[in-house]
Amino acid sequence: MANFNLKINGKTQQLDVDPTTPILWVLRDHLKLVGTKYGCGISQCGACTIHLGDNAVRSCQLPVSAVGNQEITTIEGLSENGDHPVQKAWLEEDVYQCGYCQAGQIMNASAFLKKNPNPTDEEIEGAMNGNICRCGTYIRIKKAIKTAANSKTV
Amino acid sequence: MTKIVTHYNRRSFIKVSAAAGGGMLIGFSWLNGCKSNTPEPEAGVAVPKEWFEINGYIKIGDTGMVTIYSPNPEIGQNVRTSMPMIVAEELDVPWENVVVEQAPLNTGWYQNQFAGGSLSIRLSWNALRMAGATGRRMLMEAAAKEWGLKVTDVTASEGVIKEINGERSITYGEVASKAVGIEVPKEIELKGVKDFKLIGTSVKNVDGEKIVTGKPLFGLDFHRDGMQLAMIQHPPAFGMTVKDFNEAEIKSMPGVKDAFIVDTTVEEPGGFDEKGFKQLIAIVGESTWQLMQAKKALKANWETTGELESSELHVKRLEKALVSGEVQESRRDGNPEAAFKKAAKIIERTYSAPFIAHNTLEPMNFFANVTEDSAELIGPTQTPEALEGSVAKLLNLPLEKVTVNMTRIGGGFGRRLYVHFGVEAAAISKKIGGPVKLIYSREDDMTQGTYRPTYRSVYKAGLDENNNLISFSVKGAGLPEGPVFPNRFPAGAVENYLAEKIKAPTNVTTGAWRAPRSNFTAGAEQAFLDEVAEAAGKDPIDFRLELFDRAIKDPVGEKHEYEAERYAGVLKLVKEKANWGTTKPNVHRGVAAYFCHSTYVAEVFDIIMEKGQPIVEKVWCAVDCGIVVNRDAAENMIQGGVIDGVGHSMYSQLTFENGAPNQMNFDKYQLIRHSQAPKEIEVFFVENEIDPTGLGEPGLPPAIGALANALYKATGQRHYHQPFMTEKQVVG
Ligand code: FES
Ligand code: FES
Repeated sequence: MANFNLKINGKTQQLDVDPTTPILWVLRDHLKLVGTKYGCGISQCGACTIHLGDNAVRSCQLPVSAVGNQEITTIEGLSENGDHPVQKAWLEEDVYQCGYCQAGQIMNASAFLKKNPNPTDEEIEGAMNGNICRCGTYIRIKKAIKTAANSKTV
Repeated sequence: MTKIVTHYNRRSFIKVSAAAGGGMLIGFSWLNGCKSNTPEPEAGVAVPKEWFEINGYIKIGDTGMVTIYSPNPEIGQNVRTSMPMIVAEELDVPWENVVVEQAPLNTGWYQNQFAGGSLSIRLSWNALRMAGATGRRMLMEAAAKEWGLKVTDVTASEGVIKEINGERSITYGEVASKAVGIEVPKEIELKGVKDFKLIGTSVKNVDGEKIVTGKPLFGLDFHRDGMQLAMIQHPPAFGMTVKDFNEAEIKSMPGVKDAFIVDTTVEEPGGFDEKGFKQLIAIVGESTWQLMQAKKALKANWETTGELESSELHVKRLEKALVSGEVQESRRDGNPEAAFKKAAKIIERTYSAPFIAHNTLEPMNFFANVTEDSAELIGPTQTPEALEGSVAKLLNLPLEKVTVNMTRIGGGFGRRLYVHFGVEAAAISKKIGGPVKLIYSREDDMTQGTYRPTYRSVYKAGLDENNNLISFSVKGAGLPEGPVFPNRFPAGAVENYLAEKIKAPTNVTTGAWRAPRSNFTAGAEQAFLDEVAEAAGKDPIDFRLELFDRAIKDPVGEKHEYEAERYAGVLKLVKEKANWGTTKPNVHRGVAAYFCHSTYVAEVFDIIMEKGQPIVEKVWCAVDCGIVVNRDAAENMIQGGVIDGVGHSMYSQLTFENGAPNQMNFDKYQLIRHSQAPKEIEVFFVENEIDPTGLGEPGLPPAIGALANALYKATGQRHYHQPFMTEKQVVG
């Protein structure tokens, strides 16, 4: 066990956990922030995507000891009132089926759009390829990303 | 208007209204404190101070806010929105005033509380309409009584009751308290389809805001103070059982509270008790990560008690079954053998598909709290009633001592029809004497069984000298069941017809996987008919329409499952929408149509080849599911089915060696990804007034046939064996 001070969604959280614990389980088990999902545990599905600084990362293989001072943002902290342009676009396109993958999709899409505010279809597919949607909402995800890009406020 | 006698669902209404005076019946909001289950309605109805139960589906607040209980499990098919829409339509209340809550399992109040067979809407259509219509009628009676009028002197619409020949009006919220004591009407009038205001429109998913903001919704998100976490380990291969393990060492690991072997065998198991392994190692502790570490440290002795099968063996077994297995003749019309002898051309082809796993993105999990004389279960199940029964048997409790509540479910596809993970949670909770949430790792989930069976079928067709189809046969073998629907197309459309099934054994456990059997038969049959049409020198759509014509005018045999007019109808619609018959350079087209789960779907695929890889540019779908309840969500379902069909037929398979699956996670098990999905899918519905049928499954099966047929046009090669992309036949 070891002590960590983590900056999560603008707050500092003190924790005493096994240093090898992936951030995914720190969030879900220790901080009860369950918006970040477990899908595979081996960086293959993207369900656990969070932001580390400005980058989208897979939290299932990111040990708590590797985070240091970097800011973590989870789906719960992406916006204050659920009104991030990507969230709004997701609502507008009614993207989800079961909804389980969508937090990861949204976190990946929002980090991507920050770096590439006007992506082509191919760029979207490339950036989103690590996020599995078992229900097959890919077409709507792409459409929502374009809707968000067009809203020009990302 | 349709008149309906309400006794069909009377039991539920009587019970509910009798209890209604006594206050709240269902105060179910475990995951969200005691707030209502959706954000405050936008139209600005305030949160009520007092609620009044109208019946098991409807609760009306003094402000006019209406809670509608959605009875069935939500697995992504969107019934938590569409089922309440049907109630709200007949209740005639503005959708903005409605909040939705998940009903618990209650066999006294609701019928058919399960998610399977694309049946939710189809089976509950009348009950939901009646729930709304009787509610509206009771409110009207209450208002009429207040005003000293007859019920025929008032009308109700949009949550307001008005006097027909006067000025008085009253809202549902204002009159709700008076409606509680009103007797449930014995007969009720339902709206005419033409009068629907909500049904047929596009209503947004009621959980949308929670999904995009990461609120706890799913079973895996459930938390109760004081609960433990648990993980299980099953034997590494089918044909193995657990003997013992390094219990002392595991128990001494950090965060581990307990470790033991549980036996989850129930007496007289039902169909939903299927599971590869009944004896499991269970580890209980505080945090998931610590449990995962403990699982890694397990040293177990496994005993080999059965055959350790391999994919090679599976293929051999199926091949042998087709040649010398015990044949079950399922249908025979005319004299197929004689007709094949007479035929000018014979086409015979073999199709196959591998085992596949469901891989819902949310792995199996369940919460259980078992005490001496009760069991409480909360989590993702498609069959709460079966789970209740199995837990009651396991714990030797009466049914009424077992409660089941449903969370939103991170994917179903048939996987959560099987109740073992809930039963396991109950067994673990009983052993530790406290509440526990069981969590599967992805590897546990993918390697434990209930897979889509592996299939191999031979299709044979005979054409006469005028290229008419005079004989057709299908012989289907599977581990463990033959994939044959004897009374489906082209039964009824061919003079000489034979359907045969063959079973072959395996100890790999199998189960229902989205559109069971249809997910294979559609691809095989529709690719085969494409080849037959080609051999006959006919356009594939015209060829099918000719057959439907026969089934309409002069059907062969005693019965067939489908309505040929509706089947032909979706083909004609997709033909028109896709501009079938026109060609574009480097674009390759395929078509298929299939009927299953009472719904008709025809699809046209356009494929282009890029760097030797096929890309699905566009898909047109024509769907006849009767009345469409929630239009945009219905489109979403069909789009998802198409993508699922493409994904699994192109990329996915589970192969075996020494009894163990070779694929345990998404590094080796391929699921379709963004870049591989069709670029565009357009969905068209046949407009009619037929009672609605399901959409969760029917979009998938024809996608495999249409894809295979388009791939043939693109590559010049037919694709007989799934997954197509490992056939190594796709070249530029
Ligand atoms: S859970 Fe992290 S990528 Fe799948
Ligand atoms: S919506 Fe179900 S996994 Fe994406």
